[in-house]
Amino acid sequence: MTNQKAAGIAARDVCKSFGDHLVLDKVNLEVEEGTIVSLLGPNGAGKTTMVRILSTLIPADSGAMRIAGHDVLTDPDGVRAVIGVTGQFSAVDNLLTGAENLQLMADLRHLGRAAGRRRVAELLDRFELTDAADKPLSIYSGGMRRRLDLAMTLVTLPRVIFLDEPTAGLDPRSRRTMWHIIRELAASGVTILLTTQYLDEADQLADRIAVLDQGRIVAEGTPAELKSRIPGGHLRLQFADPQVLRSAASLLPAAVAVPDQLTLQVPADGTVDSLRDLLDQLHEAALDVERLSIHNPDLDDVFLAVTGSHVTGPLDESPTPTGALR
Amino acid sequence: MTTIAYTVSDARTMLRRNLKHQLRYPSMTLMLVGMPVVFLLLFVYVLGGQLGAGLGAHDGRSAYLNYVVPGVLLVTVAAAVQGTSIMVAMDMTGGIIDRFRTMAIARASVLTGHVLGSLIQTLAALAVVLGVAFGLGFRTTAGPLAWLAAIGVLALFAFALIWLAVALGLAAKSVETASNTPMFLILLPFLGSGFVRTATMPEGLRQFSQYEPFSPVVDTVRGLLTDAAIGNHAIVTIAWSLGIAALSYLWATRLYNRRRAADPA
Repeated sequence: MTNQKAAGIAARDVCKSFGDHLVLDKVNLEVEEGTIVSLLGPNGAGKTTMVRILSTLIPADSGAMRIAGHDVLTDPDGVRAVIGVTGQFSAVDNLLTGAENLQLMADLRHLGRAAGRRRVAELLDRFELTDAADKPLSIYSGGMRRRLDLAMTLVTLPRVIFLDEPTAGLDPRSRRTMWHIIRELAASGVTILLTTQYLDEADQLADRIAVLDQGRIVAEGTPAELKSRIPGGHLRLQFADPQVLRSAASLLPAAVAVPDQLTLQVPADGTVDSLRDLLDQLHEAALDVERLSIHNPDLDDVFLAVTGSHVTGPLDESPTPTGALR
Repeated sequence: MTTIAYTVSDARTMLRRNLKHQLRYPSMTLMLVGMPVVFLLLFVYVLGGQLGAGLGAHDGRSAYLNYVVPGVLLVTVAAAVQGTSIMVAMDMTGGIIDRFRTMAIARASVLTGHVLGSLIQTLAALAVVLGVAFGLGFRTTAGPLAWLAAIGVLALFAFALIWLAVALGLAAKSVETASNTPMFLILLPFLGSGFVRTATMPEGLRQFSQYEPFSPVVDTVRGLLTDAAIGNHAIVTIAWSLGIAALSYLWATRLYNRRRAADPA
């Protein structure tokens, strides 16, 4: 064991290929104890593979990794004793009830009868599952399953938690509940590695963000540092005919026209003033706009900014593609 | 607690989980017990009159009932372990196994839970089938010791087949495959001494039936429950059981410990 301030997660030069497909290419990742780092990237970037390697599920081809001071290669059981993993595919027992799932974890953590019962009741309460505790999982909603999944991870409080896309596929309300729980966890001093493909999620939760693209970290920094490199999203103007689109495009040189959709994408910093200026310009030139929508920066914008190209993998629709003015 | 205490505790937890699964999935349990009962009824009432005449007994049907029960008991074991394969494959294709693998629990406990749970299920199924057989008029000459020995032989052979089924369940890529691969086990009692005397079979089949593992088990159980001769069948049965159990155990633990190589990114 080293004396230096133990990093929660320290990974150096992690490589992994499946067949001749290189999934992780010398990935470095450092998560300071008690902080949240988000691994941000599209599907297929290698996020889940990274989590599976760090949580001892699959071996890396090369690289050095330590979790809370335990070497992943030489001391996997030491790693397993201090981590918790909640993956994107719910790791729950479908033939048991919610309470039985939690009890199973309490038994496997050797909590003892009384302490186990108490902990199960606490978690059911905290994750708002008490009413459904004795119901089979078949009637659980996606959000309930995800909450149960995380509750199972927390039967004994791990020092390091891996959350692999914890909100993928959840409705906005369940997402907020999940965020709230994750913030509480971080406040209690747990080290968290969170993977997500949603920029706003990383922005909301993470102390630092590492952007993963095709198995390589392409950018790394605090949310503020990363966002300062992204333009503030854009406005999308929809026109009725190509003639007007052309006129508007020449009026606004910074804009990008999409002729087959009759739309114009105008970079915008999201302020009311800039919007007013734009509308005034259009009004003076007597150009009729059918519709206007506001597009907040998302993962694709991050990728445009840091790699100069669009997201390469399939990108799920962001849950909040448009939004109100900031 | 010591490591051994943890191992025992984890195995017990997994056994409890497995038994709960059986209760929550009663349709499978019913199917696995129902099949041998249907076979028993078919063979005694539909085929028993004619097959019994071949035994040269005075009351053919009831003589055949006494003859066929050991065969049906082996069908019961073969059917029950099909459920083991399905349960194991369901576990391996679900998300929960990854959670177990990231926890500091005794590694073998997942498989131990399946094996012990299946053994209990198989013994329960055997009890049901025997109950039906007695209801139909099955008569045994066995005393308490012979009964104990018969149960022991069946349990030992079931233990071996359960490990084989665990390995088949682990090797299967899907639950559907896992429900099909152990199917051949149900045929083996028919291709041995389970249902008719092997002397009536054509040459090639007779040779196969003499050397396949189910025949000595059937003959041993038949010898213990009725007053047929056992000869060296008991020794051969124990050898087969230990051999199948050991090889299957090694195969199953290797499959379980081999981390999945191909994985979605």
